[in-house]
Amino acid sequence: MKNLQQFQGSSEYVVSSELMYAVNISIALQKPLLIKGEPGTGKTMLAKAISDSLNKELIIWNIKSTTKAQDGLYVYDTVQRLYDSQFGDGTVSDIKHYIKLGKLGEAFTSEEQTVLLIDEVDKADLEFPNDLLWELDKMEFYIPETKELIAARQRPVVIITSNAEKELPDAFLRRCIFHYIEFPDEEKMEEIVRVHYPDIQEKLLKQAMETFYWVRSLKDIQKKPSTSELLDWLQALVVAGISVEKIKEDIPFVGVLLKKNQDIDALFDFKEKGFSMRRWG
Amino acid sequence: MFITFFYLLREKGLSVSINEWLSLIEALDKGLCSSSLVHFYQLCRGILVKSEVDYDKFDQAFAEYFRDVRTPEEIPDQVWSWLDKELGGTDEAHAYEMAFQKYELDELREMLNKRLCEQKEEHHGGNYWIGTGGTSVFGHSGYNPAGIRIGGNSRHKSAVQIAGERNFKDFRQDATLEIRHFQMAFRKLRQFSSRLDGPKTELNLEETINETCDNAGNLKLVWDRPRQNTVKLLLFFDSDGSMFPYMNLCNRLFQAVNKSNHFKDLKVYYFHNCIYEHLYTDPSCMRGRWVDTEWVFNNLGSDYRLVLVGDGTMAPSELMSKGGNNYVGLYNQIPGIEWLKTIRKKYPHSIWLNPIPEYNWLYTYGEFTLQKIREIFPMFELTIDGLDAGIKKLLVQR
Repeated sequence: MKNLQQFQGSSEYVVSSELMYAVNISIALQKPLLIKGEPGTGKTMLAKAISDSLNKELIIWNIKSTTKAQDGLYVYDTVQRLYDSQFGDGTVSDIKHYIKLGKLGEAFTSEEQTVLLIDEVDKADLEFPNDLLWELDKMEFYIPETKELIAARQRPVVIITSNAEKELPDAFLRRCIFHYIEFPDEEKMEEIVRVHYPDIQEKLLKQAMETFYWVRSLKDIQKKPSTSELLDWLQALVVAGISVEKIKEDIPFVGVLLKKNQDIDALFDFKEKGFSMRRWG
Repeated sequence: MFITFFYLLREKGLSVSINEWLSLIEALDKGLCSSSLVHFYQLCRGILVKSEVDYDKFDQAFAEYFRDVRTPEEIPDQVWSWLDKELGGTDEAHAYEMAFQKYELDELREMLNKRLCEQKEEHHGGNYWIGTGGTSVFGHSGYNPAGIRIGGNSRHKSAVQIAGERNFKDFRQDATLEIRHFQMAFRKLRQFSSRLDGPKTELNLEETINETCDNAGNLKLVWDRPRQNTVKLLLFFDSDGSMFPYMNLCNRLFQAVNKSNHFKDLKVYYFHNCIYEHLYTDPSCMRGRWVDTEWVFNNLGSDYRLVLVGDGTMAPSELMSKGGNNYVGLYNQIPGIEWLKTIRKKYPHSIWLNPIPEYNWLYTYGEFTLQKIREIFPMFELTIDGLDAGIKKLLVQR
């Protein structure tokens, strides 16, 4: 373990020892690390922190609902080639010219080891993870058009994040190291806040945190506020100069914490009556 | 090594495969867990467990397997009484600096047995005997990272303790049907057509080449509309009352359908036991939060595929009689069964999914109404196979 590079967190990213350990396992075993957790617990930020701390280039592959596995490997630009053929461009006969590597291909062909972030893998089609099994396992793929084999020069550190919008297939999961980022407890949260706002008022922070965890504890809130919402909220409170006593009483800027109308309604029900009758739907 | 642990995990319902187990062995070979039980716990969990839902099962198994590390039964009472002593003023700084010896688990157990025979008095601090504080591998409140804790509270959380806390209990769901299963099943519910409106965005290579040739070699691109699913889905959920035991299952079905984005349209309504002149718009089935069933007939055409989810069991009057609606203050002129027949006529592509297992349909409470409904709608049990069969049925006419 000593001769391996170790991830220790970075100055802007507070990391739990468990997560740090999971990252190091995945680096040592050369397996992708699958990160799950509530939105706003810093899943995407992790890859950035790893690349900063290990001093490696970060390649981000953002997955959308239309993304295909093929997009990450390479794209054969047929239309461009057809257009070029019109003008008798000399390169038309060279297919290589029209093969554009995707993010995965980029990470494989890089001379230096890179950190590859496959962000929100669950956004894509259900079959998407299955289509990448071989490529992630062997870290290589074949381009039939040019009869070329693209194999990783340095196996990249692969970080995959998921918001659990869709379930992932077993075969895919088996190949990953899994870590679930727990929502930070108050102690850890304070640490995180202080990294972002080093000179925040003690009293204000205490009140805001209390209110924040109270809101989170309410059962009927469907979309619980997370770290990033707390940070935004704190900033709003500081900028507006809200007096400390009012925070818990009024919950100003509630729209920063809660993003759904029903949640805001439920919150005020709770404040007035102490209960809410709203249900799932 | 720990092979029985592997089987214990599988027994607990974690689908650990040999591949993952070999990865774990490889990790241990690489010295990734530096003989700390906490690291071993995290390492096992990271490699073997693939969902936070299973964390609790894993914690239980881990706590069970390594339980005897925490509380060996053969430890004499006298030793316990030594350990009950409060911590004295041990020289912590000094103790911490001492180099720790690392032991294998079996080695530790053997040593503990030996020590139990040797030790005749209390010890606190120090690095050899069983006692509080110090860096000995036995006892509690001490600093040896690889020790066996006997009673007391750990200052530095031990792995078994972490596992014993079962922090992930909330995530547990003893589910036979996961959301993914539903999603995969609903995928089959599709009928592609490229005759829909929408931009032509797909290049038709074949036609492009033809057209270009016809065009004396001047490039002429031909675009097609992408093929799209034309299936529109209508869902009626039985909510409340007798459906309560199946709430989780229905919730997952609901989420899976909601997340599938391949339907052209999706509408969901709720009912309580049977359908009369109203369909509720949310699962609370509250008075006033409804639309007229007639309105649904008029606005959603017969091309909608209809899936009813419910147990179909109720009092016979609720289905067969006028005024059978069990909602106090509502009186229906037309018996529920007539409503169901009308619905079936309006939506020929319709099925009924029942969370009650099929082998119980003849014997369950309320089997009379269940059988009556079965005569109207093709009924399938809410399992993977049932859902598959049902969806096949939905795709064919009648």
